[in-house]
Amino acid sequence: MIGLAAPVDPISLPSDLLSGWGRFPRVPGRERSSERLDHATLDVPLTRGLGRAYGDAALPAGGDIRIAGSGRANRLLAFDAETGELTAEAGLTLDELIRIFLPRGFFSPVSPGTRFVTLGGMVAADVHGKNHHAAGTIGRHVQALKLRVASGDVVMCSRATHPDLFRATVGGMGLTGHILEVTLRLERVASPWIVSESERVPNVRAFVEALRIASGNWPMTAGWIDCLSRQSAMGRGILFRGRWADPHEAPTPFAPLRAPVTVPFSLPGWALSSPIVKTFNFAHYRWHGAAVQRRVVTPARFLYPLDSVGEWNRLYGRRGFAQYQCVLPEAQGHDAVTRFFDVLTGRGGASFLCVIKDCGEEGEGLLSFPKKGISVALDIPMRDTTASLVDALNEVVIREGGRIYLAKDALTRPEHFRAMEPRLDDFLRVRRQWDPEGRIRSAQSVRLFGW
Amino acid sequence: MKAVILGATKGMGRALARRLAERGDRLFLIGRADDIGASARDLEIRSGPTVGTAYCDLEQPQSFAPALDAAAAALGGFDTVIVTGGMFASQEALERDPELTRRLLVVDFAHTVLFCEEARKRLMAAGGGTLCVFSSVAGDRGRSPVALYGAAKAGLTRYLEALDHRYRRQNLRTICVKPGFVKTSMTEGLKPPPFAGTPEQVADDVMAALDRGTPTVYTPRPWAAVMLIVRWLPRFVMRRVSF
Repeated sequence: MIGLAAPVDPISLPSDLLSGWGRFPRVPGRERSSERLDHATLDVPLTRGLGRAYGDAALPAGGDIRIAGSGRANRLLAFDAETGELTAEAGLTLDELIRIFLPRGFFSPVSPGTRFVTLGGMVAADVHGKNHHAAGTIGRHVQALKLRVASGDVVMCSRATHPDLFRATVGGMGLTGHILEVTLRLERVASPWIVSESERVPNVRAFVEALRIASGNWPMTAGWIDCLSRQSAMGRGILFRGRWADPHEAPTPFAPLRAPVTVPFSLPGWALSSPIVKTFNFAHYRWHGAAVQRRVVTPARFLYPLDSVGEWNRLYGRRGFAQYQCVLPEAQGHDAVTRFFDVLTGRGGASFLCVIKDCGEEGEGLLSFPKKGISVALDIPMRDTTASLVDALNEVVIREGGRIYLAKDALTRPEHFRAMEPRLDDFLRVRRQWDPEGRIRSAQSVRLFGW
Repeated sequence: MKAVILGATKGMGRALARRLAERGDRLFLIGRADDIGASARDLEIRSGPTVGTAYCDLEQPQSFAPALDAAAAALGGFDTVIVTGGMFASQEALERDPELTRRLLVVDFAHTVLFCEEARKRLMAAGGGTLCVFSSVAGDRGRSPVALYGAAKAGLTRYLEALDHRYRRQNLRTICVKPGFVKTSMTEGLKPPPFAGTPEQVADDVMAALDRGTPTVYTPRPWAAVMLIVRWLPRFVMRRVSF
């Protein structure tokens, strides 16, 4: 395509409001997206992928309006069918990666709960998935990264070259530079199907134990929790475990990904109010039945059940919602999770969706989220009390020696984050070294680190 | 199908090239982008067969023949030529800058036609084929926000229509693609109207047109209805509305 004179001067236009997936906060911002990410990232403070971070991680800081968007930079640059090593531009989505490589017997080694994320975003958040106990975070499978650092230079980093920059970038929320290209090793899978089992679990203590047992035999595990159940049933829910099906178990050779059905408009604020969620949760739990259910399902159904509903964030109404995810270390035992749920349910925390997952060892990223223990993720509708609920949960997490996940966060106080994160100074030192003037920043980095 | 594509590194051209490659068509990319090799590699990884490239710049007519000859040599002849490249600028920017206006009128009309003539000769020498060129709905009426860009596209549209009338009996199928508003980096910064489409929707529509030989394609689909109305609006109405 030939000589593209800038169609309009973007500065002269009123800026749009940008928000993360939780639709809170909304800040002035304008995304500049181009097939040429190396051009789009010049002189902007941040790159945003598909905007699936829930809070303010992919939003411009106050005063910064323009940020780069990576979604159009989505070329495959190299692929080795022997080793599964793929190099692609950072805007390639997991959805497209699966469409291209699953028919050839490869899958992303790690996958978050949605396939509508970019490779760059996956690395920046150092995402984990249902196989964290077995496969770690995505960072473990990344071989090399190409970054545009604050000086404007383009730098390759890996475990051998600029290892400090590599470790700070994996899980570094895009704050060390603009991720331009990612090289990672895909996982070879036996079939494009997953054998899944699900089972009811009566309470939170049993859940922690059930996850521990399942993780010994299954590469993928996670659980859904009914947050509104109380007393002896507190934290009851359904445990899911899965593994890639062997070819002889697979029903047909291939099932293509289906396009989502989209929520057409924002629902009113009461749509996910406590009585409605309570009814839904009760029905969901009962409907499952007492027996173990075993099925062979598509990866989309097992790994991305929410992706079947497009724009599901509209379910939470115009005010949006906060997602909260923390990990409570294993050393604190089962009781840590019980204490966390005591505080949550004590405050009437109506979370439509609550997911529990046991994590394996901490990754190498300096701000990588997971560590050995139990992770809990909640959706909390945005109300006047939401910030104080997050404060209360954060105080529990600090007491237990846990931490929160930046890709979800919009409300954590800086002093709380610092108390959770002994590695923060190491991260900020590397960030400062590559960006002495603090050019690369996000709304979240300014909120939590001051720059 | 063996197709030469001018403008496959970005937007609609990129989406179309990917669709064609994924269904097994042989492709050769021509253009002026310094990263055209990376776009070819992307298609190779998606589809398998080699995708060659050659330099071609719509601002430099002397680059047309060598680029098409290189494509013919690499593909062993071709039966389809697709032109998605072009230039866009807002009416305000063009009115401020006569040199930009000159470039845009030359690229989008005169040079695109010259390129099509080179392509036409080669396709007809090989016994026929398909020439598929991206014009625009902007050329259908004299519309105030796209007076200059629309004028160039109107000229291009008429040329393509005539080419189809003149040579279809000699097995040259000419396809004029008229995209409505499509969300690409070209239109970034403009406020998307209703029925704004994606490059992937356009690619699907153009694939269908390539297979059937449809002479005029409005894409995405709702634009066929929109433009049917716009084409029949009386001038006193067109003068008052701002589209």
